[in-house]
Amino acid sequence: MIRKSGNRFADKIMRKQRTMMPNSDHTTRRTFLTLAGGAAVLGAVPAVIVRPAEATPAMLSAAIRNVVGEANVRTGRVKLDIPPLVENGNTVPMTVSVASPMTTDDYVKSIHVFNEKNPQPNIGNFYLGPRAGRAQVSTRIRLADSQKVTAIARLSDDTFWSATADVVVTLAACTEEAI
Amino acid sequence: MPSALINVPSKAKRGDVIEIKTLMSHIMETGYRHTASGEVVPRDIITSFTCRFNGAEIFRADLYPAIAANPFLTFFTTVTESGKFEFEWVGDKGFSETASASITVE
Amino acid sequence: MKFVGCIAILAALAGTALATEIPQADRRSGYSFMGPDSRAMQDDDTSNPGMLWVLDGETLWKRKAGTAGKACGDCHSDARVSMKGVAARYPTFDKALGKPVDLEGRINLCRSNHQQAPPLAYESRELLALTAYVAQQSRGMPIEVGNDPDLAPFVAKGHELFTRRQGQLNLACANCHDDNWDRKLAGAPITQGQPTGYPLYRLEWQSLGSLQRRLRACITGIRAQAYEYGSPELVELEAYLMSRARGMKLETPAVRP
Repeated sequence: MIRKSGNRFADKIMRKQRTMMPNSDHTTRRTFLTLAGGAAVLGAVPAVIVRPAEATPAMLSAAIRNVVGEANVRTGRVKLDIPPLVENGNTVPMTVSVASPMTTDDYVKSIHVFNEKNPQPNIGNFYLGPRAGRAQVSTRIRLADSQKVTAIARLSDDTFWSATADVVVTLAACTEEAI
Repeated sequence: MPSALINVPSKAKRGDVIEIKTLMSHIMETGYRHTASGEVVPRDIITSFTCRFNGAEIFRADLYPAIAANPFLTFFTTVTESGKFEFEWVGDKGFSETASASITVE
Repeated sequence: MKFVGCIAILAALAGTALATEIPQADRRSGYSFMGPDSRAMQDDDTSNPGMLWVLDGETLWKRKAGTAGKACGDCHSDARVSMKGVAARYPTFDKALGKPVDLEGRINLCRSNHQQAPPLAYESRELLALTAYVAQQSRGMPIEVGNDPDLAPFVAKGHELFTRRQGQLNLACANCHDDNWDRKLAGAPITQGQPTGYPLYRLEWQSLGSLQRRLRACITGIRAQAYEYGSPELVELEAYLMSRARGMKLETPAVRP
């Protein structure tokens, strides 16, 4: 998750330059949007350049399918609070809340959070129930690079709702070697 | 020396929705890092967190390597009676820690 | 193109003539350079991960150690009273040793002299925990380092190190932290390098760490050979930085990106 190079100081400057240049990431992002938007698009994934250290779009869609099965995932009801520009990708505060009355017959069963570019697509699964009173969880996550984060909520009627956020990860200068 | 920080109000009114905050000390080693000599550092993470109130599960989480070190989790619950919250963290390499906090409901 | 960009940034930094020290009124904690989320993490003790070390420190304070079988608390009683304001005065000049000692050094001297216990390694969880617990007792108190004439020559040495260009990038600490603070390097703010919150929790480290660890990382960043933990140079730099931050409030355990 933490990339290594001979000289992190100069490397940060280089990487910053690289991220400002147009590149193939746009293709990946559009693909992800389609997936996160909720249509059952498995098999309709356009060709993308896949870097091996990252979760692939196929891995991501498989992880989402694993949770939602064949159900549609609609956009809405879910609010994903995550800073658009984070100061360090190693510790990113994140809050997911779902608009729900949280009564015994209308509540949030679970919240699932996924990412686009970490080595693994899963971030966390959170299981709650009507007695939570408020469908909201907060945690701190790791983001290996600037990317999209998606939260999906499963409601008591087994419908799925989602929200997606774009996060730009800035890299601190003078970072240490990983180990 | 694993330690946990739990924040639960000591008192609440019946029917109140309260926030519970938990911080657990843990490295959350991803399993994707390498040492200078190129060996993979084996994964060592907390994989599961559970909160029970008077024995009944009220919140549970599956954690992955993308959860930051020293996992911080906050969630909500409706309090209906006085009792005890029990927290449990379980992970790789036999990691298992518990903590508890009591609440008085008026 | 990458190469040109790299050089341009470095030239912008290194091209400026060395300015004088930052005036008192302009001194700013790293806290003020952070975004609202990182500030919130520091402000709330129940969400500040640095408090996990403080908690451990409190346990260690009461735990007997060494062949003398004494705990810190056996001599110093309640740290909340006895350690109040202590961290704001460190590094301090030790007359017996004839040299400055930082807080970590003092804890280890206490261990060897009074507890007959082996010293704790720099950056070990135990040493960070005890240091954080002691320093947290001074939270909110102004830094007082710099009044002692015995310490003055070491502060001067630290200042000399701070302004000396070194490493393959040929940069002095002052090139960034006196002359270019409030500008950015690779998207991140360059701060003034005021050591107000150590030991502190860095999001990058995902751990608590000492000022010496931060200094070593900075020195490695300019591609110079970092001084060893506990070396006179690092303690002199600490002494200079703390005197440079005189009057600023301690924030231990701070949170930084």
